[in-house]
Amino acid sequence: MIEVEDLTVEFGETRAVDRVSFSVADGEAFGIVGESGSGKSTVLRVLSGLNRHWSGRMIVERVPQGRARSREFHRRLQMVFQDPYASLHPRQTVDRALAEPLRIHGLDDHERRISRALREVGLGPEHRFRYPHQLSGGQRQRVAIARVLILEPAILLLDEPTSALDVSVQAEILNLLQRIRRERRLTYMLVSHNLAVVTHLCARIAVMNRGRFVEQLDVASLRAHRTLQPYTAQLLRASEGYDRQAAETLITYD
Amino acid sequence: MTVPLLDVVDLRVSFRTPRGVAAAVRGVSFTMGREKLGIVGESGSGKTLTGRSILRLLPPGAELQATRLMFDGVDLMAAIPAQLRDLRGRRLAMVMQDPKFSLNPVMPVGDQIAEAYLAHSSASRVEAREKALAMLEAVRIREPRRVYALYPHEVSGGMGQRIMIAMMLAPDPDLLVADEPTSALDVTVQTQVLAILDDLVSERGMGLVFISHDLTLVASFCDRVLVMYGGRVVETLDARDLGRAQHPYTRGLIACLPQLSGTEGDLPVLTRDPAWLDAT
Repeated sequence: MIEVEDLTVEFGETRAVDRVSFSVADGEAFGIVGESGSGKSTVLRVLSGLNRHWSGRMIVERVPQGRARSREFHRRLQMVFQDPYASLHPRQTVDRALAEPLRIHGLDDHERRISRALREVGLGPEHRFRYPHQLSGGQRQRVAIARVLILEPAILLLDEPTSALDVSVQAEILNLLQRIRRERRLTYMLVSHNLAVVTHLCARIAVMNRGRFVEQLDVASLRAHRTLQPYTAQLLRASEGYDRQAAETLITYD
Repeated sequence: MTVPLLDVVDLRVSFRTPRGVAAAVRGVSFTMGREKLGIVGESGSGKTLTGRSILRLLPPGAELQATRLMFDGVDLMAAIPAQLRDLRGRRLAMVMQDPKFSLNPVMPVGDQIAEAYLAHSSASRVEAREKALAMLEAVRIREPRRVYALYPHEVSGGMGQRIMIAMMLAPDPDLLVADEPTSALDVTVQTQVLAILDDLVSERGMGLVFISHDLTLVASFCDRVLVMYGGRVVETLDARDLGRAQHPYTRGLIACLPQLSGTEGDLPVLTRDPAWLDAT
């Protein structure tokens, strides 16, 4: 589905992504976990076409991709962002936010598609003509997901989709994402700093630090602490809660 | 019996709105000593306003009421502004979530620590500078002399937060209120910052109010936990007993977290019971 080889992104002197290679199979959920500045979001932005300055090779759905992407590509591959407060237009109703992608991609039957998308993310007709400020954070993220699903994509890129939400709302959105993937047989790429969230949704993950993939491993190995790299082991230990002893042993990996 | 470091009885914070009075904190009571007390809750639970009430630093329009709000024998409700100013910073300190908004962008960070120290002591400028360097070292900043001269935009989030903590701790406060002090930090830096706070509590005998939405973190870091919901404390627990929580809200909050060890199928979703909003 997605094949990336030697992806490199440079911002001036800084190498944000450094020779990253991976592949994601059809219907797979692949996660990237890393700390801030590790380059994990940049990988998603390059894939989606938001960041055009990169080098390397990229094949999506058997088509080699360059800097410019086709309209069909943008319909098939969609992205959900971290902050639903920022990704929805404050002066647009839910209805308008959902109609816009349909218009851009020349899809008809707006009425049926909009009600179906809202139903699919667990929102009712009463939410359809509301503005973002009239919705809770969880409802806004549901709208953002509906806006993506309405185009019937094959691949979803999820950039910290639950980091701005309370844990009880996070659980609802994670369940929703699980259900949608199962029902629509979608391919997911999820990026998060939260190891528990990534391992919940994905079966295989890459650990990223300072622009590089430290290692790629399946979640079962991670859970069994069968990790190869010390950076991964440290991340895992720090994610398990506070431990005074562990604080002494932490090192910065370059 | 000795006087507790902090004694709060029936604390209430409300806001007047065009549609009537909105109660944000609705009768919170607790006492604490020189320990790590966690306040856990989701957004809107009143945890931040409870923390800010301790310093009497509430947003404009907020109305504070309490039967008792005593800090080490001082009645904070009766204190005049001059007394409060003297207590704040010197004996009562607060660290907020994001250092980006708390530091002065046009002043070297070391000078900011020295300035905070000078405001509360009769030390000379040279002494204040030495104190600032010592504090930077105490929060494990490797090259304190180099970092002293940096401006806030030149330091990382983790370093910025350590600088804030250094500034707040320079006057050696008795009580530190930390509101989500590590939420903007990566997990490894978070562990290091917590270790600094941990040592200050055990070595200097400081009291720490640790406000967080992160149950796992609070359970592993604090001694005791207050769980807040809808402006009330629904449950108070020893941190190590969080797994044996009684209140359905606390239990639901724990259950809905994805586990590193794996969760089969869907995550349990919290079903809110309107009765939780009533007094227990």
